[in-house]
Amino acid sequence: MTVVVKNVSYAFEKNGESVISNLNMEVRQGEFVSLIGKSGTGKSTILRLLTGLLKQDEGEILLRNKEIALGDVGYMPQKDLLLPWRTVLDNIMMASEIQKDLQLTKEEARKWLERVGLKEYESALPKQLSGGMKQRVAFLRTLLTGKDVLLLDEPFGALDALTKKEMQSWLLSIWQDLNKTIIFITHDLEEAVYLSDRIFLLHRNKKVEEIVVDLPRPRDPDIFHSEKMMALRLELEKRISNETD
Amino acid sequence: MKQIKKWLQTYSLFCLFTIILLVIVEVLVRKGIVPNFIIPAPTGVVRTIVENWKPLLLEHLSVTMLEFLIGFAITVIGGIALAVSMFFSKIVEKIVYPAVVISQMIPIIALSPIFVMWFGYSIWSKVAVTVLISFFPIVVSTYDGLKSCDKEYVELLHSMGATRFQIFKKLHIPMALPSFFSGFKLAIVFALVGATIGEWLGASKGLGYYSRRMSGNLNAEGVFAAITILTILGILLFALASWLEKRTIYKWKDTD
Repeated sequence: MTVVVKNVSYAFEKNGESVISNLNMEVRQGEFVSLIGKSGTGKSTILRLLTGLLKQDEGEILLRNKEIALGDVGYMPQKDLLLPWRTVLDNIMMASEIQKDLQLTKEEARKWLERVGLKEYESALPKQLSGGMKQRVAFLRTLLTGKDVLLLDEPFGALDALTKKEMQSWLLSIWQDLNKTIIFITHDLEEAVYLSDRIFLLHRNKKVEEIVVDLPRPRDPDIFHSEKMMALRLELEKRISNETD
Repeated sequence: MKQIKKWLQTYSLFCLFTIILLVIVEVLVRKGIVPNFIIPAPTGVVRTIVENWKPLLLEHLSVTMLEFLIGFAITVIGGIALAVSMFFSKIVEKIVYPAVVISQMIPIIALSPIFVMWFGYSIWSKVAVTVLISFFPIVVSTYDGLKSCDKEYVELLHSMGATRFQIFKKLHIPMALPSFFSGFKLAIVFALVGATIGEWLGASKGLGYYSRRMSGNLNAEGVFAAITILTILGILLFALASWLEKRTIYKWKDTD
């Protein structure tokens, strides 16, 4: 297993309110896993624990059998958080400036920009980009941390429906090529089913359900109209709406 | 051409207002409605500057500029150092911040005998006043700028494994620049005012000293000649600071 979450509990420091209780989760190398659930079920907290930004009160979080630490995984927060004074190229080079052992040349970074269709924008500032472009740059910045495990916190939440669909297919194609492990947060059930191998449904009573998405890969947007996809989506919707708080 | 047009659009009304005001003053003085020793005729002030340009610019302005430059350099270097120390140490912040605020409540004139006692009539008494007056905006704006950084950005860099120094260099410093420049623009003008006040308190050269001497002689044209030069200098310094600000942060500051 790549990522192992074992009996993890976490409560807010301020008021002692428990957010996660006795959570167990395992993610394999190259797997695409989504976390879904109503607001306040602790999705973002789990991601922050996995980055090492938060420290669990109990249990352990292991990355290839070692306690996870800051800098071990790539993290993409909800907002793009591009540094406004840096060009697109400089933004995606950020991790290589921080981690001295990360060998990333400007040429390699430029190739990535070309691959995601932003070749002409390498010298542009973030304010000159559209919402979809910013998210692509933010994703590249995460990808170019060189980490095998990428944590994506609702990266397409603020995009319009069309751009979102485009970005989903784009993300899938990159993931399939690179064999990265992705843990993804979303509120969009269709998105979760379309992208994931497995879905963890988080409940407010701290229980976690695991749903296996047995749709064939590679997936293309036509799958949205398939009966299986719709059935899975409905099932998820039912489980969430049946939830007792 | 485009820039000139933009400049005219912004400042033409102000220029027109100033010209009208100067013409009114000129007429009032020439007709004897306002006595010349209260407000001098603008043409008289210009004549005084032209006739006395050598002592005004070479003897007095150079001294004021030197006091300003030394004082402002101390302010900028010391102010930034203090703001950074406060940013890194809560203890320094708790000790220094109130002292910096209180320093602004002290009436400068009341401090003059002390400065003269400490520094005599040398350049350093003027530098001390310059620093005291211009220190506050630099320290506060730099400190506030350093603190203004969004926590989410800090966390993002932490998640990449950045050290505290890397986060300071890559995040806090650039984020602090807009706020720093707001203080820098105020401080550059305050520093010039400080140098002039310092000269009032005790000096043998400088535009502040010159205007005070002329005032004692009831020579309003001389006083206004010094004030005019100081005003032009203040505008130029402010423009220089604004230019520096634009060069540094304008490209990205004007975001979304």
